[in-house]
Amino acid sequence: MSTQVIGGTGDAGADQPASQGPVLEVRNLSVDFGVDKQWVPAAIDLTYHVNAGEVLAIVGESGSGKSASSMSLLGLLPSNSRVSGEVLLNGKSVLTMSPARMRQIRGNDVAVIFQEPMTALNPVYTVGFQIVETLRLHNEISPDEAKQRALRLLQMVELPDPDKAFRSYPHQLSGGQRQRAMIAQSLSCDPKLLIADEPTTALDVTVQAEILDLMRNLRSQLNSAIVLITHDMGVVADLADRIAVMRKGRIVETGTADAIFNNPQHEYTRALLAAVPHLGQRGGNDGVDITAALAAATHTELQSIDPAELERREHEVLARATSAVTRPDADPVLELDDVAIEYPKQGRVPAFRAVEGANLTVYPGQVIGLVGESGSGKTTIGRAAVGLLPVAAGSLRVVGTDISGFRPSSKELGAVRRHVGMVFQDPSSSLNPRLPIGESIGEPMFLAGEAKGNDLQKRIETLLDQVELPRSYRNRYPHELSGGQKQRVGIARALSLRPKLMVADEPTSALDVSVQAKVLELFQNLQRELGFACLFVTHDLAVVDVLADYICVMKRGRIVEQGSRDQILRSPQDPYTQRLLAAVPLPDPAKQRERRELRAKLLATSD
Amino acid sequence: MVWYIVRRFLQLIPVFLGATLLVYFLVFSLPGDATAAICGERGCTPGVVAGLREQYNLDQPFWIQYLLYLKGVLTFDLGTNFSGRPIATIIAEVFPTTAKLAVMALVIEAFFGIVFGLVAGLRKGKIFDSSVLVLSLIVIAVPIFVLGFLMQFLIGVKLQWTNPTVSGDATFTELLLPAVVLGLVSFAYVLRLTRTSIIENVNADYVRTATAKGLSRRRVVVVHVLRNSLIPVVTFLGADLGALMGGAIVTEGIFNVNGVGNTLYRAVLNGDGPMVVSIVTFLILIFCLANLLVDLLYAWLDPRIRYA
Repeated sequence: MSTQVIGGTGDAGADQPASQGPVLEVRNLSVDFGVDKQWVPAAIDLTYHVNAGEVLAIVGESGSGKSASSMSLLGLLPSNSRVSGEVLLNGKSVLTMSPARMRQIRGNDVAVIFQEPMTALNPVYTVGFQIVETLRLHNEISPDEAKQRALRLLQMVELPDPDKAFRSYPHQLSGGQRQRAMIAQSLSCDPKLLIADEPTTALDVTVQAEILDLMRNLRSQLNSAIVLITHDMGVVADLADRIAVMRKGRIVETGTADAIFNNPQHEYTRALLAAVPHLGQRGGNDGVDITAALAAATHTELQSIDPAELERREHEVLARATSAVTRPDADPVLELDDVAIEYPKQGRVPAFRAVEGANLTVYPGQVIGLVGESGSGKTTIGRAAVGLLPVAAGSLRVVGTDISGFRPSSKELGAVRRHVGMVFQDPSSSLNPRLPIGESIGEPMFLAGEAKGNDLQKRIETLLDQVELPRSYRNRYPHELSGGQKQRVGIARALSLRPKLMVADEPTSALDVSVQAKVLELFQNLQRELGFACLFVTHDLAVVDVLADYICVMKRGRIVEQGSRDQILRSPQDPYTQRLLAAVPLPDPAKQRERRELRAKLLATSD
Repeated sequence: MVWYIVRRFLQLIPVFLGATLLVYFLVFSLPGDATAAICGERGCTPGVVAGLREQYNLDQPFWIQYLLYLKGVLTFDLGTNFSGRPIATIIAEVFPTTAKLAVMALVIEAFFGIVFGLVAGLRKGKIFDSSVLVLSLIVIAVPIFVLGFLMQFLIGVKLQWTNPTVSGDATFTELLLPAVVLGLVSFAYVLRLTRTSIIENVNADYVRTATAKGLSRRRVVVVHVLRNSLIPVVTFLGADLGALMGGAIVTEGIFNVNGVGNTLYRAVLNGDGPMVVSIVTFLILIFCLANLLVDLLYAWLDPRIRYA
């Protein structure tokens, strides 16, 4: 029977000596899936261990087998799977256990935090019901006592109003709150081992930083072993003690976090680290050091930064506040003047104003990064620029034409749309699954009457060349392509009318890091070559850092700060921008520790 | 919530007016003289015909007839049918039988449909699943009158387990056979709907969470999978309840059930306008109420749906 330490003030577990010997030992674990009467390996011959109070990060891209191997520890794989090898939990073999014994372990000794808290919690039961269910399953306690414990758990995960959260259904909580509730549930029986499967992937950066803080605190409180499954090197740097890098089902490298980040041995680990876009990467001589920028903004002295440099930066911050923005001498391709955008009212649901008072100008050839967290209205601006959403107030000019008064499917709007291309977030759902990709690419040209017959075919081939896809792919269907290839098709389609403005709505957020790096590189080359202006909507500041000339930060429907990339990343003025930058984890454990301190300081001063 | 229910009841008013107007107009437009049906083969003297016309307002123009009918309904006087019996009494007589039959059929189809669908869904691709699917396809494909006569002949006449027809008392055992026939087709739909829904939900993330919590398979299925899977099934059952309450003309005909379906059928044959309009209006109201019930049940099953 486990002892409950929940409700402690935080130092209860911290000064307990970490018990020696691994909590989890995995030896020669292999997982196969039966597909079309054949065994396809998902994980091959894995051997690793985790000690109490230690965080082991299993890192890899999708399909590397990191999730499948971890789910096999609890027998949570679908029935078409086969597991072999040995898994020891506190010295007891897990894989040979009876189903009844396995159920006692699940949720009690080993708990799981899943990726997507919206779907991982049952939508038809309250959070309280689901936590109480777990508590009463593994402990013989009365409903009242279970409720009290559940409330204490919700308090421990720092939910603002535990009583309310207890009574709430998952959809009534925000993404971060749902993940806290999920964590509360998994901690309910003081598990010795916690498996966190991409716990922050579905969350915004600032929320991610909060959840990571929470997990770090809990880990010192509870002294559990944690297996963290993630593809995000920043998260790994923030939390992990040791790292196992997986590729195509095998562990290619293991080591301490410092060793992996500073001295990666395996070629794949190096490639993975290099592919991670991180802030300040595009450096060169005039490198952007966010940590330094934030230190300057908060007047913090750090070991890693020269005081003279800090002073220079502080001057720079002051200078920027008084300097005027220089304007290129060309007619803007997109101009927002005090624009408000509403989602029109539907039946009884009143109109929702998603963007208010937005001023933004995009000049030819400029790449503007529009960043913000979910619900900030960044996608809304992107959509309105293509005329997909009506402008409620102000004027929105695209290539010189004011489209704010146009009706949704009017001819005038159609004419303007020829100058604008759009790349969507999810390449799988934004391509028609019943059309060969060649037709998807050619359709805009055909509809606009730009090209027909042989001419059209030639244009399609040129576009395929431009996005570096083989011409023979034109007759393939979207499901035959990988995610990265599909997004290349999406880019080719957006380029087909030689647009003056491209609106790219999170085009790489659904892709793996190494694929993302390639797609971004292609995008950058195309932009340089073709010279279109681009409104690049993203939540990922690192991507903006790589691509954008000019950055625009949004928060709750308003643009809080805009300026050139250097201005924003070197000397952020708005407290929100500073917090946003501070929340991005760095793929470097030592620097991330500094960043964390800065963030804490920022949060403290902003209240 | 209360306000929502009030609003839904207010919505019944235009439905009621529209339905009565439409049905009244259809009956009014029927060819032939309505009094001929009352007088039968022998015919009436012109004086009697004139009297009947006056009694049933048949000498008035359409609008006046309709308004007089509305006035009657609003003062809870449905009038009499062409045989002179009060329509309200007739409905009160036949409706309980139909309601009994409908509820029995609904319980049968819901219970067996959900249980079979659940098992088939959990054992997707296995023998039970495949055979149940084929069976349900056969039930859907065979017309109901074939099923009805077949069951009546086999169980009622050959095996004599029950009476082949239903007497005036319409006892529970007598109604069992027609209820099975009536529920059989919908049973097949409920089964398929439940099966699909279960298959969809059994791989959902929250089911994996429930398993990871250490819950038994049984509790995972009953508490977590089933409730989520029942949402579309309930919609179907609610619509079906409305349809069943309207009386099944074919089934009631085969088993000689003295229910709403049979009465309505006779009224249509006789050109009994007041009777047809009253019954149809009554059925429409029942249907609307059944729908309201479904919507409320829906909100109870799925807390994401909230009515304001």
